[in-house]
Amino acid sequence: MYIYNQHDQQIVEQRAAQFRDQVKRRLSGELKEDEFRMLRLQNGLYLQIHAYMLRVAVPYGLMSSRQLRMLSAIATKYDRGYGHMTTRQNIQFNWPNLEDVPNILDDLATVQMHAIQTSGNCIRNISADQLAGVARDEVVDPRPYAEIMRQWSTFHPEFAYLPRKFKFAFTGAKQDRAAIKFHDIGYRAVKNDTGDIGFEVYVGGGMGRTPMIGKVINSFVPEADLITYTEAIMRVYNQFGRRDNKYKARIKILVHELGVEEFTSRVDAEFAALGREGAVPLDRAEIERVSAYFTDPDYAELPDQCGALEQNLLDNKDFSFWYKQNVLSHKKAGYAIVNLSLKKPGVPPGDITDKQMLVVADLADQYSFGELRSTHEQNLVFADVRKEDLFDLWQSLRDTGFAEPNIGTMQDMICCPGLDFCTLANARSIPIAEKITRRFDDMDYLYDLGELKLKMSGCINACGHHHVGHIGILGVNKKGTEFYQITLGGDATDTASIGKIMGRGFPEDEIIPALEDILKIYIDIRTPGERFIDTYRRVGAEPFKAIYEEFSLRGAEL
Amino acid sequence: MKIIKDKAIVEDSWTHYDGTGDIPAGDLIVPLAVWKEMDLSGRKVGLRLEPDDHPGDMVDDLDSFDLIAINFPSFNDGRGYSYAKILRDRFGYSKEIRAIGDVMRDQIFYMQRCGFNAYEVKADRDIKDALHAFDDFTVTYQTSADEAVPLYRRK
Ligand code: SF4
Repeated sequence: MYIYNQHDQQIVEQRAAQFRDQVKRRLSGELKEDEFRMLRLQNGLYLQIHAYMLRVAVPYGLMSSRQLRMLSAIATKYDRGYGHMTTRQNIQFNWPNLEDVPNILDDLATVQMHAIQTSGNCIRNISADQLAGVARDEVVDPRPYAEIMRQWSTFHPEFAYLPRKFKFAFTGAKQDRAAIKFHDIGYRAVKNDTGDIGFEVYVGGGMGRTPMIGKVINSFVPEADLITYTEAIMRVYNQFGRRDNKYKARIKILVHELGVEEFTSRVDAEFAALGREGAVPLDRAEIERVSAYFTDPDYAELPDQCGALEQNLLDNKDFSFWYKQNVLSHKKAGYAIVNLSLKKPGVPPGDITDKQMLVVADLADQYSFGELRSTHEQNLVFADVRKEDLFDLWQSLRDTGFAEPNIGTMQDMICCPGLDFCTLANARSIPIAEKITRRFDDMDYLYDLGELKLKMSGCINACGHHHVGHIGILGVNKKGTEFYQITLGGDATDTASIGKIMGRGFPEDEIIPALEDILKIYIDIRTPGERFIDTYRRVGAEPFKAIYEEFSLRGAEL
Repeated sequence: MKIIKDKAIVEDSWTHYDGTGDIPAGDLIVPLAVWKEMDLSGRKVGLRLEPDDHPGDMVDDLDSFDLIAINFPSFNDGRGYSYAKILRDRFGYSKEIRAIGDVMRDQIFYMQRCGFNAYEVKADRDIKDALHAFDDFTVTYQTSADEAVPLYRRK
């Protein structure tokens, strides 16, 4: 992974010092809260219902075991012994004291980490395909480019006070695992006919109250133009994005209001002008310097078939379920990709304790070259595990609680913090997620349901990505009571779609029965092997509306 | 009034005038409409830009101004950063570009990188303290109005 040079290190240290001074001025009263607000947000510090929350950046989801040990130490020392993996591959601490935050930042800086731009109306920490570098369908490893863009966007002086937050995502694979069509800018690294690397650029995707699918505005931006082209997009947005209404301030609204054609022509004009003004193309030498940090680890030459593994799969049913569900094939023979499930009945999705972090760090050292990744589905990944080690690793993961064989099933739900933490929430989400995972805990049933993406948000800001859940749940509040709206048919991948609202919201006690009804209908009408999303696409929303009849038959009133 | 100019605290020689009341003596900073409508000959004139006034709309007149003041009604409205950058890079404006309005220490570092060289720091803030803003960072990654090449090419 990327290792800081002295300049990178200096920048995070100077940031920590700057923030220490800002906190001091806030505590002395010199900075008013609304002035401090913008400053702390640019450093990932939110004020939540009970306490401050600090969001630490995990650039494109890549971490070393050493970094994870530091996160564990922070959880122990400054928090209540746990952290929370977010839907943008970062980690949050829910209970730090304001006075301690400068110390946390100093500690983070010692392991080349920071909280820069994890919030605020600026370019946020960049996310990427969690399988970058190891996926079989990868054309270009996007990580060097994501790192180059991390550096470019860090303290970009022109784009620190944008109309609204701004999110980049990168992939270089054929299959999109980074939801690039639901980001302000999504980049897919591709190769053209002559083998040159460039980017397909999607703009204006997003969730929130007006979900939109990003549009391709350029199908091949050569790598040398990556920065300048992005700068052109950012400058058009900074000048012309709406600032009169916070709900209309994202770039998706600008693209929508101008139309893709007009938006694109403004970007093209800005790009041309920047070129005339001496914009510096991205050097191949710099790409190579950064790429050198993302070369393959020291793989052993192994046969792809592993006799011991085959035997264990035959002998141990639980292991074989886990293998089938949580392990993916690797580009390198004899290796596998392992998902660590952070979804378990009784635990909020994405939570991980300080002790678990230490165990995971040790396991990463032992089995996966000392590195791990976080995913936007709030799980962790060991990207480079020898097949012959899988059985041992599985046993250790089981002891730590991360071997639930539920990746991709309905239990692998993503969920925002909701009313338990978030000041913007309309409804609780974690307790509902908990009810759902407890109710749907029969693995045979879950396997029978197959791939099913369930996503839940506690308000229309959609941090839990409910719009792109095959089944989405949205918390709403009507006259002081929490209700839950169900959407069906969302999809965050290449076949992107936005879920459709089924109708009025269900009271809390009715959400489980409603889910049961939806699944019953699906099982009745699916063709053999058909995924939920495909059934929905084939038959549409209509057959699922029957859930409302079932609902009134139970005597509940809408 | 004291302002920061070229990284030093200096006495300001300019007066803001919004077009109402008697025209003050000396050099004036005025909105575009006042400059268009009133006779201000015989003195230096500075133009005051609001976030809705795009510098691209007055390219031909830029030479007439000895100063351009970009107003930040709220520090949250970041359009002025792009305007300063465009004035410098695109329109070659080389005289004073001044930040006015909601200008505080914590924005000045970014402002100078975008091409501002003068700042009217908010009255209730310590202007001496604001001078420290230039030292917040000694390294920066990107090109900017004062830095023609990215960090990796500098070394
Ligand atoms: S979706 Fe709403 S409730 Fe959930 S974290 Fe985001 S803002 Fe808070």
